[in-house]
Amino acid sequence: MRYHPLTADDRVRMLGRIGAAGIDALFRDVPASAVVPLSAFDLPDTKGELEVERVMARMAARNMSAGSVPFFCGAGAYRHHVPSAVDHLIQRSEFLTSYTPYQPEIAQGTLQYLFEFQTQVALLTGMEVANASLYDGSTATAEGVLMAQRVTRRPKAILSGGLHPHYAETVETVAGLSGKVVRAQTMPGQAEDLASMIDGETACVVVQSPDVFGQIRDLKPIAEAAHAKGALLIVVVTEAMSFGLLESPGAQGADIVAAEGQAIGNGLNFGGPYVGLFATREKFLRQMPGRLCGETKDADGKRGFVLTLSTREQHIRRDKATSNICTNSGLCCLAFTIHLSLLGEEGLTRLARLNHARASALADRLAKVKGVSLMTDSFFNEFTIRLSKPASSVVDALAEKGIIAGVPASRLMPHEKVRDLLIVCATETNTDEDLEALAKGLSEVLS
Amino acid sequence: MTMNRQGRPSAPGTVEENELPTISGDRGLDHEEGLIFELGREGMTGVDVPDVQMSETRLGGLRRKGPIGLPGLSEPEVVRHYVRLSRQNYAIDSGLYPLGSCTMKHNPRLNEKMARLPGFGDVHPLQPQQTVQGAFALISELMRWLTTLTGMPAVAMSPKAGAHGELCGLLAIRAAIEARGEKRPRILVPESAHGTNPATAAFAGFTVDEVPATKGGHVDADALEAKLGPDVCAIMLTNPNTCGLFEPRIIEMAEAVHKAGAYFYCDGANFNAIAGRVRPGDLGIDAMHINLHKTFSTPHGGGGPGAGPVVLSERLAPYAPLPLLMHDGSEFRMIEHADAASGGAKPFGRMCAFHGQMGMFTRALAYMLSHGRDGVRQASEDAVLSANYILASLKDVMSAPFGEGPCMHEALFDDSFLEGTGVTTLDFAKAMIDEGYHPMTMYFPLVVHGAMLIEPTESESKESLDRFIHVLRTMALEAKDGKKERFEGAPRLAPRRRLDETAAARKPVLRWRPKDLPQAAE
Repeated sequence: MRYHPLTADDRVRMLGRIGAAGIDALFRDVPASAVVPLSAFDLPDTKGELEVERVMARMAARNMSAGSVPFFCGAGAYRHHVPSAVDHLIQRSEFLTSYTPYQPEIAQGTLQYLFEFQTQVALLTGMEVANASLYDGSTATAEGVLMAQRVTRRPKAILSGGLHPHYAETVETVAGLSGKVVRAQTMPGQAEDLASMIDGETACVVVQSPDVFGQIRDLKPIAEAAHAKGALLIVVVTEAMSFGLLESPGAQGADIVAAEGQAIGNGLNFGGPYVGLFATREKFLRQMPGRLCGETKDADGKRGFVLTLSTREQHIRRDKATSNICTNSGLCCLAFTIHLSLLGEEGLTRLARLNHARASALADRLAKVKGVSLMTDSFFNEFTIRLSKPASSVVDALAEKGIIAGVPASRLMPHEKVRDLLIVCATETNTDEDLEALAKGLSEVLS
Repeated sequence: MTMNRQGRPSAPGTVEENELPTISGDRGLDHEEGLIFELGREGMTGVDVPDVQMSETRLGGLRRKGPIGLPGLSEPEVVRHYVRLSRQNYAIDSGLYPLGSCTMKHNPRLNEKMARLPGFGDVHPLQPQQTVQGAFALISELMRWLTTLTGMPAVAMSPKAGAHGELCGLLAIRAAIEARGEKRPRILVPESAHGTNPATAAFAGFTVDEVPATKGGHVDADALEAKLGPDVCAIMLTNPNTCGLFEPRIIEMAEAVHKAGAYFYCDGANFNAIAGRVRPGDLGIDAMHINLHKTFSTPHGGGGPGAGPVVLSERLAPYAPLPLLMHDGSEFRMIEHADAASGGAKPFGRMCAFHGQMGMFTRALAYMLSHGRDGVRQASEDAVLSANYILASLKDVMSAPFGEGPCMHEALFDDSFLEGTGVTTLDFAKAMIDEGYHPMTMYFPLVVHGAMLIEPTESESKESLDRFIHVLRTMALEAKDGKKERFEGAPRLAPRRRLDETAAARKPVLRWRPKDLPQAAE
C-alpha cells in the first residue's frame, strides 16, 4: 500500500523490540468475541491511484456541474469566480497539513492569517471583534442565539420569517433545548412586525439581510425596537459578497453578526465545507464562542500571535465552556482571507457592484417574460419571482434543457403558498448569454 | 574561523557570527512578514474586475456609505505574503507530528484532486436532485463504508466536526428517551475524556457526572455501574481511551448501561486504532462519531474544516437528523423536511444547513478506496505497532504510567522521569521544536501528571521512528544528567521564542487597527 512506509521486515523487527509474538498480541485487551476477520467486511480491497480516479470521476460525471450550464442557484450558497492563486496557496503543505496552532512558536503562519481574518471580518461586518470562524453560517447563527441567551439571561429567540429555513431549523434544534424559539412567517414583499413580538423574555431577534428571498432589510428600526426592550439584534448574512455594497450590520445596530463566508474564496462543494463568520461588540467578548487569535510578544520582544481567551473553551473549561466547539474552518478562512486580500477595497467594491448589476439585468429581462412577476424590490444579487406554474416543475423542466434556473422556495419551506416562488441568483459568473437562456427557457416552459 | 588557501571559509562560522543582526531583519530563508494591513496601498487590486455602471434604485437606500478599510495589493504581493507566512508553520508534510489524540497522518494529494473534480466541487447543494445523483452516490458509498467498518446499521452524515457529531449523537439519544416518555438528566463521562465530551453534554442540557479511572488507566467499570440509575441518560466513553488503551471491560459496561435503560455514546476519535479489526457495533455502542479528519485523513488544515458523521444503532437510527438520503429503487432522494420522512423516521431536527461536509466526504472516500479493507486494517495495525515500538523504546528512560503495555495507537508518558531535574513537561516538549519535531500532546489526558501523549500514526518509516526515538532518549538522558541548557527557554531555533500568553489574555488585541491615523489623513 503506497501510503504505508513500514516493510514486512520492519514489522518483524519492531515486534521483536516490543517483545510481542505477533500483531495480535498488541490487541490482547480486545475481547476475543469482538475480533473479526477481514472477510467480515463486505468492502473492496486496495486500489491504485489510477483506479480510484476512474471510479470517482465516473461518479462526478453523473452530476451537472454549475460551470457547465447557465446556472442561477443561490439561497445560502453562491457561485463566484475564485482566483487561481487562492487554491494554490491553501494547498501549501504548511497550511494544508498542520494542526490547530496550539504550539505558536511553529504555527505563526496559521495564527497570523487568523488574525488577518478576524480583522477582515470585523471590518466587513462593521463590528468590533470577530472570532477565528465557526463551521458555517447556520451553526454560527445558532451559536449567536445561545450567546444572546447567555448575555441577556433570557430564554426567547425571535426568528424573522426571512431567515433561511435551514438556519431557523438549526437554531430550533440547538437553542430550543433550553430556551424558546419563535419563528415569524413572511412572504417576499411582505413586511413582518417583529417589534411587536419582543417582550421582557426576549434574548434576541434574528434577522437576515438580504433575506432568503433576496430582499434587503432595513435593520435600524428593528435594532431600536430590540434595544428598547433589552434584547439583542443578531444579523445574519448568507452572501458575504454583499458586504462590499451594502451598509454594514454594525452600522445599523447589530449586536452579533453571524454570516456565511463561503461566497468569498470558497467553492460550492455541494454544501460544505464552508466558513462561519462571527462578530460582535467588544463588551460581549468573553461570552463569544469559538477560537480567538490575539497579538502578543515573544521572549525576544518580537510581535507574535497566539490562541487566546481559551478559558472560554472546552479543552480548558470542559462542561463550563461557552460552546463545545473544537474544530473551526481553518483552511476555508484562509481561502476567504486570501481572496479578500487579492480583491482589496477596490476589487471587492467593484465585484459587489458587478453582482448587483448582473442581478438587476436579469430581473429586468425576466420581468418581461409572460407568467413571471418580480416579488423583490430591493436586492443584492438574488431575488424571488412568482411563476404562473409550480416552481419545482419549472425548474425540473429547465434542468432537462440544461439550465439550472434557481431554487424553488418549496425546496426550503414545504408550504403550499410558496409553491410558485423561485429564488434566482446572478453573479459575475453569469454571461449575457446565460441570462438570455434563462429568459427564453422560462418563456417556453411557462407558455 | 578556519580558512582554506584561497581565503575562503572552509568551516561554518561560529555562533556569534550567525547572530550578527542582518540589515533587513530577515535571516536567510526566514523572512519577517508584516500584516496584510501594513502592506499595500489604496486603489490597488489583485483581481481585474470591470468597473460597471450600476443603478442604486434597488438597494432600498442601504448602500454602504463609508469605506471598509481593506488594503489593496497586486497578485504577486499577496502570493508572496502568504507563501512567507506558510513557511512559519510546522506540517505533517515536513516532519513527524506526534500529537497524541490528533492523528496527524499523511494526507494523500489524490484526495485533494478528487475533491476538486467539477462534478463534486462545483455543484450546488440545492440544485435539482436529478442533476446530482453522482454526489448522492458518493455519499451513499461513504455511508456503506462507515456502517460496514463500524458494524452499525445507520449513519447521520451532516455533523461538521467531532464535537458537532457528539452533539448529534446526544440529541438522538435525548429524542429516543423522550419518545419513551422519560426524562433522564444525567450523563456519565470518564475523567480521562476529551474536553468536548463534558462540554457537549452540558451544551445539550445535561448534567455531567465524572467516572474515575483505575490505576491501570482504564475506566473504573465498577464505579460506572454504581453510578447508573433511572436518571442516567447515557455514558460518553472514548475507546480506545485517551490513555491509549483499549477498554477491556467495554462489552460488560455496555450491557450494564443498556440494562439501566441508558445509551452508550462512544467518542470515535481513536477509531483509527481498531478500524478493520473491531466493529464498535459488536461492542454494544449506540452512537459514535467518526472524525474523518483523523481516521480517514482529510487534512487538518490548521484547525479545520473537519467532518464528524455519527453511526447509530438500530434503536437510535429513527431519530437521525435531517436530511436523510434514500434510494427509491431507481434513484437517490434527499429527504429535507420532517413531514416527507417515511418508514418510521422521526428526525430530531437539523444540525446545519445543507447536507454536510461534502468536500471532506470526497477526500475520505478516496482514502478508503485507495486503502481498501485490507489497507484500512494494515493502517490500524501499523499505527498500533509504531506506538508500541515507541513505548518499548522509551519506557526505560521516560516514565510510562501504564508502561507494561501494550498500548493502542498512542503511547502515554508522565513527567515523573523529570522529577528533580527542574525540567517540566512544557520545557521538554518545547525543546523538541529545536530538534525539528512538533511537540507531543502535553498535559492531556488529565488523569496522569504532566502527561505526554505520543501518536506516531502509520505514516512513519522505521528509520523515521528510530531517529525520533534517538532524539527523545538523548533528551531524556540529558535532562536527568542535569544538562538543562537545552530545555530552559526552548525553543531557540523556531520563528518565534515562547510567546507571552498571559499578556495576550489580559489585554486582548484581536484585530489590527491603524496606528498612524493622523499621517493617513494627510
